[in-house]
Amino acid sequence: MSATTATGTGPVLAACREEGRAALVAYLPVGYPDVPTSLRAMAVLGENGADIVEVGMPYSDPVMDGPVIQRAATEALAKGVTVDDVFAAVAAASEGGATPVVMTYWNLVLRRGVARYAADLAAAGGAGMITPDLVPEEAGEWIAASDEHGLDRVFLVAPSSTPERLATVTAASRGFVYATAVMGVTGARGAVGAEAPALVERVRAVTDLPVGVGLGVSDRAQAAQVAGFADAVIVGSALVAQLLDREPEEGLAALGALTRELAAGVREGR
Amino acid sequence: MTAERPTSEQPTPEQPVPAPPVPGRFGAYGGRYVPEALVPALEELDEARQKAQLDPDFTDELARLHRTYTGRPSILTEVPRFAAHAGGARVVLKREDLNHTGSHKINNVLAQALLTVRMGKRRMIAETGAGQHGVATATAAALMGLECTVYMGRVDTERQALNVARMRILGAEVIPVEHGSATLKDAINEAMRDWVTNVGHTHYCLGTVTGPHPFPEMVRDFHQIIGEEAREQVLELAGRLPDAVVACVGGGSNAMGIFHRFVPDDGVRLIGVEAGGDGVETGRHAARMATAEPGVLHGAMSYLMQDRWGQTLETHSVSAGLDYPSVGPEHAHLRDTGRAEYRYATDEQVMDAFRLLCRTEGIIPALESAHALAATLDLGRELGPDGLILVNLSGRGDKDMHTAAEWFGYVDEEGNAR
Repeated sequence: MSATTATGTGPVLAACREEGRAALVAYLPVGYPDVPTSLRAMAVLGENGADIVEVGMPYSDPVMDGPVIQRAATEALAKGVTVDDVFAAVAAASEGGATPVVMTYWNLVLRRGVARYAADLAAAGGAGMITPDLVPEEAGEWIAASDEHGLDRVFLVAPSSTPERLATVTAASRGFVYATAVMGVTGARGAVGAEAPALVERVRAVTDLPVGVGLGVSDRAQAAQVAGFADAVIVGSALVAQLLDREPEEGLAALGALTRELAAGVREGR
Repeated sequence: MTAERPTSEQPTPEQPVPAPPVPGRFGAYGGRYVPEALVPALEELDEARQKAQLDPDFTDELARLHRTYTGRPSILTEVPRFAAHAGGARVVLKREDLNHTGSHKINNVLAQALLTVRMGKRRMIAETGAGQHGVATATAAALMGLECTVYMGRVDTERQALNVARMRILGAEVIPVEHGSATLKDAINEAMRDWVTNVGHTHYCLGTVTGPHPFPEMVRDFHQIIGEEAREQVLELAGRLPDAVVACVGGGSNAMGIFHRFVPDDGVRLIGVEAGGDGVETGRHAARMATAEPGVLHGAMSYLMQDRWGQTLETHSVSAGLDYPSVGPEHAHLRDTGRAEYRYATDEQVMDAFRLLCRTEGIIPALESAHALAATLDLGRELGPDGLILVNLSGRGDKDMHTAAEWFGYVDEEGNAR
């Protein structure tokens, strides 16, 4: 399997594979609890073992997000976070030692201009973009811009995806494929979706791209479980929850601790 | 009345609107901007509705329900005492307010409920602003033995408390949404979250001509009966086509329903009326066409009220049903091609027109529909006594009594009669 590329998330995913383990992909929204603290938090992730940082841009209408991320995003927007802050967060995540990708709803990219967004992202050191509400059929401009700047384009697949859809989506993807483990929105769950291993298997049948699995992973044991069958373990809400209702320093310490646990988990999976 | 919205590079009105070249696209607008998890459900829905629309079992059953349940065809009412305030032009109302459940919404919902059953799903979810779509969905679910959940912004549950009670009496679960502005757009977000989670057994009965393909096209098709009937009826009544067809535009379903059959009639002006709220200059409004900025919300590319970063702006209207930051993509296309014109009416103009229809004709319209009436007053003065205006009276005003009674000072803040 040699689907990873020399750009984007390719090198870090290849390095994890060399080590015989899954990668840890850690999500946080920019601007929560405030912009400066969120920039520090992005660095904390890499410093504590996250391989890839998903820099989330808060959006007014986040249809794929559950209560935890939604609450953080709403508060971040109320405090005035802007799309410009994403690029600072990308740089901060990179300084922490992880490879940064942006996760954003599509209208925020459209509004800036797809070409300009891609150029700004590449200039900030971003490896690519995850687009939860963009399917390849609507992504012509983004495919062109990501080609031009050597950026990963990470589309999502779901348990409901048909074999035809899996083929279409993975053919348009670069870097890795984001497999949503359950039907539903983001949020920590008691158990990883039973459909996830079968979905990963179906994805592997149509592409050599690494497969990341997200939605619902919240602790070391779950991270180890998912690392057993996926190339990357994606964690969001559980990390965001460490920052909720805590003073910044206390929150950052808790965030670092959970990241270390999850990083240990992905090393136990195989 | 506010001036007509500026439109750019309008082609001659004689030019017919070309058919959209790509399914689900209306010029540059429409499309399908959704989480991948929903794509199979949208494809299933698209296939099911295309088959159904050609299947006599479906079309006959829908026609039977329209006749025996909804009360179609809805009648035309000429309103001369109202028209006297509109420059003496002839004004006729298409009485969708007389449909079962009190608005045009039932046309679409009955069809989607039949589709839900055909797709083998057992649950319908819906979003609602003013409550009319929620009431219609709860009604159809009761009729067909389906489970029903309706999402409604907390703000709207308060101003439309009676409709919340109606939905609950009909057996639906009503979930107030606290997020964001707690109005219609947030109810749609919540309905989409539910759908992503439960798509296996749940159909999302979207209430207007927005959302990802096939909703804009499908909902329009289910409402085009309004325009088909109205065109025949007005020809019979007046012996000619109207000079203008006027309808309010929130998401735009009643307007697309009545406009669609008239699109090929070059001499008929199509006029959509948006919520001007406190006035476009105040920023507190829902006149999407006034700024005409393209963007993506809830799965479709259309005009969108957004800030410089692309975050959705909050809207305002006295009418919960028009309080929506985007608009159906086909309307955006009709505006760009010049085939339809869009105006707006402020809350104050709307309430004046509302009261005028009540007092001159004994008809209490929905506040949404009163936007179309407000525009008609101005348009009639422009056209003069030779003008003939067809107005879609999309809903009745029972649900708005509390708002109106407060506006006119008939009740105090506690709701007690003064």
